[in-house]
Amino acid sequence: MSPAILLLLVIGLGLAGWLAARARAWAFRSKAESGRLAALPSYHGWYVALWIAIPAVLFIAIWSFVSPQLIDQAVIASPAASELPEFGFQRDALLREAKSVATGSSPAVFNEQAAALVDPYRDAISRYGLLGGLATLVIAFLGGAWSFLKVKPDFRARTRVERIVMGTLLVASLVAILTTLGIIVSLVFETVRFFGMVNPIDFLFGTEWGPDPMSNPDNPDPDRFGAIPLFWGTIYIGAIIAMIVAIPLGLMSAIYLTQYAAPRTRSWLKPALEILAGVPTVVYGYFAALTVAPFIRDLAVSIGISGASSESALAAGLVMGVMIIPFVSSMADDSIAAVPQAMRDGSLAMGATTSETIKRVLVPAALPGIVAGIMLAISRAIGETMIVVMAAGAAANLTANPLEAMTTVTFQIVQMLTGEGSFDHPATLSAFALGFVLFIVTLGLNFIALRVVKRFREAYE
Amino acid sequence: MVTVIHPNLETTDAKMKAKDVSVYYGDKMAIDKVSIDIPTEYVTAFIGPSGCGKSTFLRTLNRMNDTIPSARVDGEITLDGEDIYRSKMDVVQLRARVGMVFQKPNPFPKSIYDNIAYGPKIHGIAEGKDELDAIVERSLQRAGLWNEVKDRLTDSGTALSGGQQQRLCIARAIAVDPEVILMDEPCSALDPIATAKIEELIDELNGRYAIVIVTHSMQQAARVSQRTAFFHLGSMVEYGRTTDIFTNPLEQRTQDYITGRYG
Ligand SMILES: Nc1ncnc2c1ncn2[C@@H]1O[C@H](COP(=O)(O)OP(=O)(O)OP(=O)(O)O)[C@@H](O)[C@H]1O
Ligand SMILES: [Mg+2]
Repeated sequence: MSPAILLLLVIGLGLAGWLAARARAWAFRSKAESGRLAALPSYHGWYVALWIAIPAVLFIAIWSFVSPQLIDQAVIASPAASELPEFGFQRDALLREAKSVATGSSPAVFNEQAAALVDPYRDAISRYGLLGGLATLVIAFLGGAWSFLKVKPDFRARTRVERIVMGTLLVASLVAILTTLGIIVSLVFETVRFFGMVNPIDFLFGTEWGPDPMSNPDNPDPDRFGAIPLFWGTIYIGAIIAMIVAIPLGLMSAIYLTQYAAPRTRSWLKPALEILAGVPTVVYGYFAALTVAPFIRDLAVSIGISGASSESALAAGLVMGVMIIPFVSSMADDSIAAVPQAMRDGSLAMGATTSETIKRVLVPAALPGIVAGIMLAISRAIGETMIVVMAAGAAANLTANPLEAMTTVTFQIVQMLTGEGSFDHPATLSAFALGFVLFIVTLGLNFIALRVVKRFREAYE
Repeated sequence: MVTVIHPNLETTDAKMKAKDVSVYYGDKMAIDKVSIDIPTEYVTAFIGPSGCGKSTFLRTLNRMNDTIPSARVDGEITLDGEDIYRSKMDVVQLRARVGMVFQKPNPFPKSIYDNIAYGPKIHGIAEGKDELDAIVERSLQRAGLWNEVKDRLTDSGTALSGGQQQRLCIARAIAVDPEVILMDEPCSALDPIATAKIEELIDELNGRYAIVIVTHSMQQAARVSQRTAFFHLGSMVEYGRTTDIFTNPLEQRTQDYITGRYG
């Protein structure tokens, strides 16, 4: 039985259990003297339905991982498999071929030996399928029967259901955390492997970047793994050029929105700004590559700067800055709005104008929140990939000239992972080390920012 | 509603005069045709039950109602004979001349020194650091706070106790040398000892500045003020010398309020 059919069956059983338990609870209710139960009949229904469905579904999930291995083992143990080559590549290929024929995903066998294995495979699959199906039904049935017997007038099905719901929600929230942990572990693992091949000092402080994925993987040239130009490009584009655009514009729009805009204006302007944050970064990438970059190059040429390239740090940084504006402005908006009205009144009552009040009281008071917003924006900007892939270029230049092409950590990660090098080549592995550094930096920024914001909230509550 | 003016009330120099002042929040009327003279050399108390419009009226005197978009003021208010609601009036200058102290102490999150220096700086009152230092010291001294804070002027103003914060706010208002000081329930967030200090301070400032104080405490009004106005439902019911209002109220509603029958 395939998992999908089983799942449907379990759901059907659950429904039946729900109806039966509810009917039973109703029957108790009409018989009970007080006419009252400890929980509404539908809660009894849910209690039974969940007891049928959850263990069975868990079993299905586990079974669909375990059964392929059991099937393989059964086939290998069968007499037809004794002819197989001892170990390795060939043997695996034969098994895979037989299996794909048995499950019907490929039409016919090419190999004699594989043909002999098709039937054992068919047998094993149907045997274990049946076994799994029966086990599932038994589990569902047991769960149902056990819980059904608990349906009594004074059974607190409602609190039980509540507890099950809570458990389910907890598991759901753990999934995200566990996945992240898994990602980190694999990142660390690959990074350690990379640092086994290239000295971390060479990597972190070298100034030449140009890993060659076709070189001999056992003897990497450490002079070509210097990541400083990438770090510099990342900081120059994401933390300098983009912030020169985003900080003033974001702050000014936040100030306008909180202090000057009429409620009507604010009600459409604020969402409009926030829409900017929802534009896919590819779209910004197009814009940077096709509109801004050529414009900057033409402008540079027209004022007599020769050698301006059509890919430039400036184009990528400017567009990234625009993309980041909503991050800065919404954090600044929140923190300015959180400054107590009394503070503003106090300043106005001293005879300060609105702009003096903003400059001398509101912005200083909101500064921690604003700074935190900027840090979040920077961490967002340095992790941004699409814009730099499309507009900043691939050349690892260590220069302060914004008109030149530059490359960033994220761009090189893409480059190395999609390149033609094999997976355990140091050039490919360098992507993990880069990712790891990026991860540490953004994590640090986010952590500090959240701490600052928390402190700031406490100060005004 | 016509205000009853006590016959004993002698005419004095009026620092501010309100004539037929009405205030609306949107369509809702909060103050109905109030006329009053604020004398130069006395403390004037506004009393009345909650929601009767004391704060609203007080805020018309330095145009703080301008900061509430829905608020609208009718009638005429003059400061030294000049209409403060005329279009050419400089609100910034007005607020420097008519200072305000709020119910909850609201020092800026800056140092004690910078809190006091705030007004003089934005109004360009002080020339040079020495003069600013002198203003800060004088204001703190007048507010009776100097001895407590003179060694910690760089500490944050928000680190002071509530009563100290309120005196800091008074010092801040004094620093720009206003002519009138408006106080909206300045002691309602303070304990009795801090309250006594503020009342003492008001007594000392009396005469140098025209002072208007809103209070919920009858005793406080009796202790610190020489003139009292009783507000009820947006109208000014009765106005006169404080002793007259408390010993010989002419209106039934005033009598009920000061004897604690409602409010
Ligand atoms: N910003 C505002 N918008 C709309 N209505 C307001 C506003 N401020 C005050 N009001 C209304 O105006 C009336 C007078 O309010 P005000 O604050 O002046 O009363 P108050 O006498 O100071 O009361 P309290 O003693 O409680 O401070 C009240 O009915 C109040 O609801
Ligand atoms: Mg009030």
